[in-house]
Amino acid sequence: MQDFGQAIALALGLVGSADPDLVEIVVLSLRVSLTATALACLVGLPLGAALAIARFPGRGAVLVLVNALMGLPPVVVGLVVYLHLSRAGPLGFLGLLYTPTAMIIAQMILITPIVIALSRQVLEDLWAEYAEQFHSLCLTRVETVGALVWDGRFALMTVALAGFGRAVAEVGAVIIVGGNIDHLTRVMTTAIALETSRGDLALALALGLVLLAIALGVNALVQGLRLTAARFAYA
Amino acid sequence: MREGVLDTAPGRAARTEAAAPALLPLETRGLTLALDGRTLVDGIDLDLAGGGITVVMGPNGAGKSLLLKLLHGLTPPTAGSVRWGGQPLDPAVRRRQAMVFQTAVLLRRSVGANVDFVLRSRGRGARRRRDALLAHVGLAGRARQPARLLSGGEQQRLALARALAAEPEVLLLDEPTASLDPASVVAIEAIVRAARARGTKIVFVTHDIGQARRLADDVVFLHRGRLAEHGPAGRFFDAPRSEAARAYLDGRLVV
Repeated sequence: MQDFGQAIALALGLVGSADPDLVEIVVLSLRVSLTATALACLVGLPLGAALAIARFPGRGAVLVLVNALMGLPPVVVGLVVYLHLSRAGPLGFLGLLYTPTAMIIAQMILITPIVIALSRQVLEDLWAEYAEQFHSLCLTRVETVGALVWDGRFALMTVALAGFGRAVAEVGAVIIVGGNIDHLTRVMTTAIALETSRGDLALALALGLVLLAIALGVNALVQGLRLTAARFAYA
Repeated sequence: MREGVLDTAPGRAARTEAAAPALLPLETRGLTLALDGRTLVDGIDLDLAGGGITVVMGPNGAGKSLLLKLLHGLTPPTAGSVRWGGQPLDPAVRRRQAMVFQTAVLLRRSVGANVDFVLRSRGRGARRRRDALLAHVGLAGRARQPARLLSGGEQQRLALARALAAEPEVLLLDEPTASLDPASVVAIEAIVRAARARGTKIVFVTHDIGQARRLADDVVFLHRGRLAEHGPAGRFFDAPRSEAARAYLDGRLVV
């Protein structure tokens, strides 16, 4: 337990002094996961909205599938992306394996189903309220999806947050396609796994603290925005 | 309430000269809606040829709101047909109509953005026009306020401004003043009259007899999903032909 106490003290020191290695890892983590979240939202929100509105045969099966994909194991996603990006794979010529781009792709695939499934849920409730009015206005599909996503924007921030939380916290996918290369593809979770196995608990704990702080900070920010929005009856 | 403020907007002049909108006459034949084995609208043959305000009256459950939805194409009929100006209810016809619901469904946006939404969707986005519409319904200078924080009466006036933004030839109003205070009712009736004066055909559902007397040019009386009576307002109120309408006007219980 003494080790643990020392490690905590060292960890706080690393965070307090903005250790360059620590900062590099945190910045790359945020870059990868925020980009993956943004891309997943770009694809997932319109699809979620379309799924909320559309009624077609087999819709139930699609919903089950999307919901099931929310539980995609990160290592499986990592493996599939790895197979595609590896030199022998169909996309091997792009030379993306062991780059941050590969990590972004893997995380995007991992969280897009989450964004689709959760936004479908949120927007279906909104659609129930708007449907008659929108039918009356004879809006196009694109106008309808756009208006739903825009009017659900504050609720959808929570959806994006769920995606980001999943992306920034997962280790299985990024370690397979990124390789945890120092100064290149080392992110918080892969570094924590590595440093723990190497016995450098201080850096591992420091990264753990930052990870927790980010989770807290982002949640507080979104909560604040939602409360503000609710005051104006926009949420 | 300044009447006629919208007449300055481009594209209106041509229509104000016409006696009746091109979407008339409305003609329904055997219009029927059944849900779960219950016939809620039962074989309605309705002809609306003239402009002005047609008030649809009847006791609760008579099928007033459903008739309006059928006329607007929000609900497909189980049987029968609706033709506006000889045309079936296709999107092109429906876009020339606008409907206001009993409870205003406002977007989670500002007052101005609610009107802009419809103006843009009709390719007529212009701030001047939006401000004219808001002024017309007595919401001048409120464009930046959150729409859903308006009072009930103001929300309904905004819903009307939004409907008018579509420049409808036919305005369908489903009990727009139910549960509003008298001042709001007066304001909304003034907006409706202004729309009639500009040549917009109005179909107005209400079960408020006083309101029907104030507004109606002709009255459609429904009873148990059937068309009990349709005639000019004066004749309807002075000498209703159907027993159901007589009882309703007398304040007797009609079921």
